Amino acid sequence: MQNTGAAGSFRQENFRRRSRYITVFAVLAIAFCVIIVININSGNVNIPISRILDILFTRDGDPKEVDIIWTIRLPRILMAAMLGGALSLSGFLLQTFFENPIAGPFVLGISSGAKMVVAFTMIYSMSLGYTMSSYTMIGAAFIGSLMSIGFILLVARRIKNMAALLVAGIMIGYICSAVTDFIVTFASDSDIVNLHGWSLGSFSGMSWSNVHITVVVVGMTLVLTFLCSKPIGAYQLGEAYAQSIGVNIKFFRIALILLSSIFSATVTAFAGPISFVGIAVPFLIKGALGTSKPIVVIPATFVGGGVFCMFCDLIARLAFAPLELNISTVTSIFGAPVVIYMMINRRRGMK
Amino acid sequence: MSEKYFELSNLSVGYNKKTLIHDICLDIKKGEIVTLIGPNGAGKSTILKSITRQLEIIGGKVLFDSKEIRSISYKDLSTRMAVVLTDRLKTELLTCHDIVATGRYPYTGRLGILSHEDEEKVDNALRAVNALDLGNRDFNAISDGQKQRVLLARAICQEPEIIILDEPTSFLDIRYKLELLSILGRMAKQNCITIIMTLHEIDLAQKISDKIVCVSGDHVTRYGSPQEVFREDIIRDLYNIDNGFFDPMFGSIELMKPSGETPEVFVISAGGTGIPVFRELQKTNTAFAAGILYENDMDYQLARLLACEVVTEKPFEAISDAAFDRAKALIDSCSRVINAGLHIGTQNSRMQALLDYAKETGKLEM
Repeated sequence: MQNTGAAGSFRQENFRRRSRYITVFAVLAIAFCVIIVININSGNVNIPISRILDILFTRDGDPKEVDIIWTIRLPRILMAAMLGGALSLSGFLLQTFFENPIAGPFVLGISSGAKMVVAFTMIYSMSLGYTMSSYTMIGAAFIGSLMSIGFILLVARRIKNMAALLVAGIMIGYICSAVTDFIVTFASDSDIVNLHGWSLGSFSGMSWSNVHITVVVVGMTLVLTFLCSKPIGAYQLGEAYAQSIGVNIKFFRIALILLSSIFSATVTAFAGPISFVGIAVPFLIKGALGTSKPIVVIPATFVGGGVFCMFCDLIARLAFAPLELNISTVTSIFGAPVVIYMMINRRRGMK
Repeated sequence: MSEKYFELSNLSVGYNKKTLIHDICLDIKKGEIVTLIGPNGAGKSTILKSITRQLEIIGGKVLFDSKEIRSISYKDLSTRMAVVLTDRLKTELLTCHDIVATGRYPYTGRLGILSHEDEEKVDNALRAVNALDLGNRDFNAISDGQKQRVLLARAICQEPEIIILDEPTSFLDIRYKLELLSILGRMAKQNCITIIMTLHEIDLAQKISDKIVCVSGDHVTRYGSPQEVFREDIIRDLYNIDNGFFDPMFGSIELMKPSGETPEVFVISAGGTGIPVFRELQKTNTAFAAGILYENDMDYQLARLLACEVVTEKPFEAISDAAFDRAKALIDSCSRVINAGLHIGTQNSRMQALLDYAKETGKLEM
């Protein structure tokens, strides 16, 4: 530890922290690989690991197994990974925006808003005889997300109180769900066949074309978000300080809302509303890294969200196979206790 | 150095396009400490928020080095102006180092990665506020006084020409108040950093500032050096004080004088021995008279404010008959006489006679 400055100096602290970051990233990377392999391996047909690698890299082997891996399991895993990451980052951005660690796309009713508009568009286009393209789905979900956020901004922009923000979000969620139910009730059965599985949240039935679109949309948003890590860090001090160190607040606030909405809209469009991931993952990642600095938290949250969702999807598929659980059922079981822990811990911290 | 460094010209400030304070005209020189004082809610913070561009300026101009402040980009302004605000920071898992390091924000690249030089500047800024040992601590886990120092270090780390502070001394105990103000004084004089701030402690404002701005009602009532501004009547009008006094000489604050027009107690003292007695009588709300005091005696300064009558004599003169007779008359009308202790020398030798007279009446208490 030469040349790292005097004891307690900033350089030394950063040096210490970097090794912690490296450890966390290494653990995440290993977990990521392990969970992918387990996911490919397990299911109704178990495929041994030795054959998985062959099939992945050469596409050689039993045609049935190649088919299972390449058309069913692999796109599903990749989607779970990317959408899980997107959902977690959406939560992180909303938490930054609202200066409130309990904010997330699901609890704030943003997912429900997206779901409402998607359901509406889906039924409407079905009744006209069209099938919606993935981009239309994302667009509809994006509009729905923005509607919910706009509503919350009206109600709770100035409410810094955790509980009040939560209540506002839950109310919006209920309103949107009620409207969705209303639309569904009056739609003809043939128009809502696709709606049912999707509206409960699931990673099943993902195709490669979904993967391609998600890579483009989530990838670009991820890069933009990462490039925003500097102003996000400034924003953590509050708007006044952020502005005093050179952040254009009006512009940046819009950017935060748009980025988080694109993330959550993509997730909702493909997998339906998924609960608690957006709150639990950033919290766990920040705890593991021991910092809330965006430049490390953003990539770690993305990977961590991927790992978390792949893990939950694995359980959703296997726990009661051949029956499949909703993904939200599983994410709630793991995510809700984390959120409860956060709230208890926070109250204790304030005393 | 240009004469017009930071200039507010006919500035009107307020919220939501509603003017709170209008026609503010100030010329601030480089390296000056300018303090805004005035009653609560007078709009001191509003002025600060307007010159830091947190609030839209309603009318007039703010010129920074002859350049209209609204035409300077946020980025450029951030390398020249730093702020310490009253907003409570709600941070999560950030150490004091991290907080201070945000001051380097304007100087780092796209991703905000700190160089070794930046890291050293963070340490230096913490050293300047005597908070080097706080660096590794979580910002949420330190006391308010420590937080305030770390926030000042953050501003220093930004290497500004101007630092604007909104009530930097609130939440601080007296030791930290003094420390913070001496750091500010040092920065202004040694590094020629201009400091604009609001303070509630007018006694401290008087001692640290080069210029004082009085804000009251809807305009700046006065702008000048502490000598010009800190006069009893000006301060009384500014804060609308009708329940006590501000003594501009020592910057001390006194409570209201005891009620009652006729004195019950006569206090004999000199050279400061009377001060604790006056205060004690004030607390028990006992009207009193004091004398015979020379007008340059420190007892006189307080007696003037608290006693219903003070018998005085010109400095270095022997005590006149008029003063002596008045003192005797007061002793007659009072029910008690307190001798707080005094040295009797050649000029005030008649005080002995006064003490003897009081003893004869049987009212004298030592």
